[in-house]
Amino acid sequence: MNTMIFLSSSIGKKVAMSLSAFFLISFLLLHVAINLLSVVSAEMYNEASHFMGTNPIIQFVMQPILIFGVLFHFTMGFVLEFQNKSARPIKYEMKKEKGNSSWISRNMIYSGLVILAFLGLHFYDFWIPEIKYKYIDLQAPDKHRYFAELVHKFEDPMRVGFYAISFILLMMHLLHGFQSAFQSLGVNNKFTPGIKKMAWAFSVAVPLAFVFIALFHHLKHYIQMLNNHI
Amino acid sequence: MDLKLKIWRQKNAAAKGKIVDYDISEVSSDMSFLEMLDVLNKELTEKGDEPVSFDHDCREGICGSCSLQINGRPHGPDGGITTCQLHMRKFKNGDSIVIEPFRAKAFPIVKDLIIDRSAFDRVQHAGAFISVNTSGNTQDANATPINKGNADHAFDAASCIGCGACVAACKNASAMLFVAAKVSQYALLPQGQVEREMRVTNMVSQMDEEGFGACTNTGACEAECPKGISITNIARMNREFIGSNLKS
Repeated sequence: MNTMIFLSSSIGKKVAMSLSAFFLISFLLLHVAINLLSVVSAEMYNEASHFMGTNPIIQFVMQPILIFGVLFHFTMGFVLEFQNKSARPIKYEMKKEKGNSSWISRNMIYSGLVILAFLGLHFYDFWIPEIKYKYIDLQAPDKHRYFAELVHKFEDPMRVGFYAISFILLMMHLLHGFQSAFQSLGVNNKFTPGIKKMAWAFSVAVPLAFVFIALFHHLKHYIQMLNNHI
Repeated sequence: MDLKLKIWRQKNAAAKGKIVDYDISEVSSDMSFLEMLDVLNKELTEKGDEPVSFDHDCREGICGSCSLQINGRPHGPDGGITTCQLHMRKFKNGDSIVIEPFRAKAFPIVKDLIIDRSAFDRVQHAGAFISVNTSGNTQDANATPINKGNADHAFDAASCIGCGACVAACKNASAMLFVAAKVSQYALLPQGQVEREMRVTNMVSQMDEEGFGACTNTGACEAECPKGISITNIARMNREFIGSNLKS
């Protein structure tokens, strides 16, 4: 197979979008599982974060693949959006789309853009300080710092609000994108109703779990502040 | 009934078009939509104005020529029919009706509501055919046993009339449903196996070359298709395309 010829076709681009989406979805599952540990136990969260932050395979193999996956998914999304928009240079005077397709499916680029903005903030909040700590300041590994850093970030209500909105948009993106990725890969058969149910459950549960974690730590901090005040 | 029509008028491919308002009265609810346009054109001709150009042929929902975007939907407000099968009983007195051509870069406007859908012909020329021995000893097609399920699916796909409603409905002006129907009807039958891999590769390549958008699986094409062609055909075409590329 000539990969460049394949990727230059409309179907090839959609297949690439689907494969990168599945990769990002699997990462999302790992991420939420580790974050949920912060609700259960600070120790366990620190342990898991330390492993993820210091394991050479994760740091030097998986992390670059993940960054490539994110960049690839967004770049391909923009390329497709540009091509799709140019396929209808003159717009309709009237277009009724409510009855034939969902709003979510028609506006993937906008939910994607919010997620991209969130990723910018997320990198600024966690990834850049982490890289600075380990590879620029060359500070000694500290197994116990991760939980405190996480809790500190969720003290700001504005950040928690933007975090929650972003994950609602991620939910919308996943609600169409996850099940749609199967169709793009040619999977539409007797298992499709089951796949759609599974994709729906994942798309709702995972973003809500992220929102729950942020709210949990924020409210915990707020209650502690009130107690200290009293 | 009395109606206000807002119709896209465009002199030719190069001219700039615009929506022009027309009032039409005493429209019978028994008329078809195209008959209503015939009445309008008669009135315009009698007044010495240029009649509205629109495509039509069989007026029986078979040929797929009469493709119009009516009040924001391909073939109008009724599901599962073409424009010629739409009747005025679907509208009420005083209604305003916006009538536009199907819009896509690959479907340039010829005049008013007439579009050039030869892009579909070129996509079909690229691979929607089979090799048959025409030496005089041609085998009867019915002599080849075909699985009932495949025969039914192939027949369903073959019911596509190439009207372009899928392109018109899709937010990306994608022709995937049309091309998928043509790929499927041959891929499912033994007669289509010889050119199977070449067919999907060439037809998708031609589809992209014509300037249609990519499929984002909104399902709008399936919902607006007058023949109810399913997007399972698009999944099949994706499989065919992936398989063909992996083998090459």
